Amino acid sequence: MSTDRLSVLKTYKLYMGGKFPRSESGRVYEVTDSKGNWLANAPRSSRKDARNAVVAARKAFGGWSGATAYNRGQVLYRVAEMLEGRRDQFTAEVAAAEGLSRAKAAAQVDAAVDRWVWYAGWSDKIAQVAGGANPVAGPYFNLSTPEPTGVVAVIAPAGSSLLGLVSVVAPVIVTGNTAVVVADEFAPLPALSLAEVLATSDVPGGVVNVLSGSAAEVGAPLAAHRDVNAVDLAGAAGDTGLATELEVAAADNLKRVLRPAATDWAADPGTGRMLAFLETKTVWHPTGGLGAAGSSY
Amino acid sequence: MTVGYARRYAPLVTMPPSAAPALADVTASDAALRRFLHGLPGVDAVGLDARAAALGTRSIKTTAKAYAIDLAISMIDLTTLEGADTAGKVRSLCAKGRHPDPSDRTAPSPAAVCVYPDMVPVAREALAGSGVLVASVATAFPAGRAPLEVKLADVRAAVAAGADEIDMVIDRGAFLSGRYLKVFEEIAAVRENCARVGGGAARLKVIFENGELATYDNVRRASWLAMLAGADFIKTSTGKVAVNATPSNTLVMLEAVRDFRDATGHQIGVKPAGGIRTTKDALTYLVMVNETLGDDWLSPHWFRFGASGLLNDLLMQRQKLSSGRYSGPDYVTVD
Repeated sequence: MSTDRLSVLKTYKLYMGGKFPRSESGRVYEVTDSKGNWLANAPRSSRKDARNAVVAARKAFGGWSGATAYNRGQVLYRVAEMLEGRRDQFTAEVAAAEGLSRAKAAAQVDAAVDRWVWYAGWSDKIAQVAGGANPVAGPYFNLSTPEPTGVVAVIAPAGSSLLGLVSVVAPVIVTGNTAVVVADEFAPLPALSLAEVLATSDVPGGVVNVLSGSAAEVGAPLAAHRDVNAVDLAGAAGDTGLATELEVAAADNLKRVLRPAATDWAADPGTGRMLAFLETKTVWHPTGGLGAAGSSY
Repeated sequence: MTVGYARRYAPLVTMPPSAAPALADVTASDAALRRFLHGLPGVDAVGLDARAAALGTRSIKTTAKAYAIDLAISMIDLTTLEGADTAGKVRSLCAKGRHPDPSDRTAPSPAAVCVYPDMVPVAREALAGSGVLVASVATAFPAGRAPLEVKLADVRAAVAAGADEIDMVIDRGAFLSGRYLKVFEEIAAVRENCARVGGGAARLKVIFENGELATYDNVRRASWLAMLAGADFIKTSTGKVAVNATPSNTLVMLEAVRDFRDATGHQIGVKPAGGIRTTKDALTYLVMVNETLGDDWLSPHWFRFGASGLLNDLLMQRQKLSSGRYSGPDYVTVD
């Protein structure tokens, strides 16, 4: 009898401010696997969805950037645990999206979980690498500390639906930024499922917001949005026209821009993507009357 | 409905000096006043909520939106009513009143800056020559729990310090226990004390605190009571309780104001206050005013928003319309 059962089709939704709304525009589009077979309908975000996502990300920024690095690390480890628990689901989605064999897709998912854990470990270490005490010619402590830049709009890379996605989202949020992620238009399902993982981990709502749809349509208002502090244009690699348009829009209020480049997502990522979205704060602190009073400093 | 009722009473009555002669008899005694207020038609709460919700779905775009945003900005009573207010904070709010958007001098100024009575001299000085009015809350705002002499002294002090408008609170305890004449006489006394020494008078806004009145029927009664007693404006709330201005309770007041003008020929202003934070909220109220009262009330002289955060949201929307780019809180002043 069980063979007669109709499967329940899943309705994918956006992820914004910890909730799963439909697109404000009410639009959806068909998502197919690599061979063109229909998989599901995904919401096609509009510029107003982008605006709402930025509002959610801005609202979450204070709490997330103010959380201790230790706490952020713990939350991200928890995400990795939840990802591991949904390994089979992600394997199937990655296999369908990228046309990989099951074994190869599983390897991608494993690499993605490992990547997430790797970035989680950086939460309380990046400050030592990117900051530190500067020697200065005066009676001061001079300390530089990296601070998150704010709301980062991320155009997720095309062609690496989970590993590539994790490799651009994790480095943004681990340091305390909040993110508005535009998923790969043709393979958005792993991103929308990742949103479900984030919602059931301890990640506060609004820290990551996931939009599906056309990068050209929602990328432009995000790049031009004056309340977005930085953009990662990873997904615009290979589309010079789009990349240029977004860079020009972002230049209007001098956003930080991580320019698109051909990237091997399986390779060791290094710290570059974390450092791209940090601001250095330098503090001068008097040490007291050094010399004159024979200070012990 | 209300109009018919008021007209029926019209030949019987004489009004206090400020109001029309049409309805004066209803305030002749506590019993007459109660009879009149309880004789007002009841509010259909479900219909009212549906009407307010329907008016909230109007889509205002492009040039109409630009017009509405500028109108809404010009209707704001920029408000700071905190125990922690300092002269510096009031001055910075007044600076914002003079130039709401320093990056765009075409942005209109709000109607008034609203402060506590002791801050009126500071605001008066900071706004001199700007055309922005100074409004002051008074009568032991927000609770209103003080002896009448204290409340009147509060009003006189604010007027003497140069307040153009006085926002008083009604005695909700007396209102809810049915002592309408006490509330009426108190409003009338405050109105007398709004007179300036050299002639003229501060405009009087009467705050009901709708959140404490419990029913829409009470909001309608309080509206009529205040208008009979000589209010220039009726105002929803203090902003200090959980429920402040809502589209529904403001709509009751708009209807009361409309019916009062039909009955007496006197036009009264309306001021929703508290809880109006976004441009969308503000446009909803403007749609209600236009649909219920029409053009006559679409001016800062007859309609106000009591708000502080709303101005920034309006300015951000204004910037979006002029630049085509979404703006952010980094581009407006923090007040």
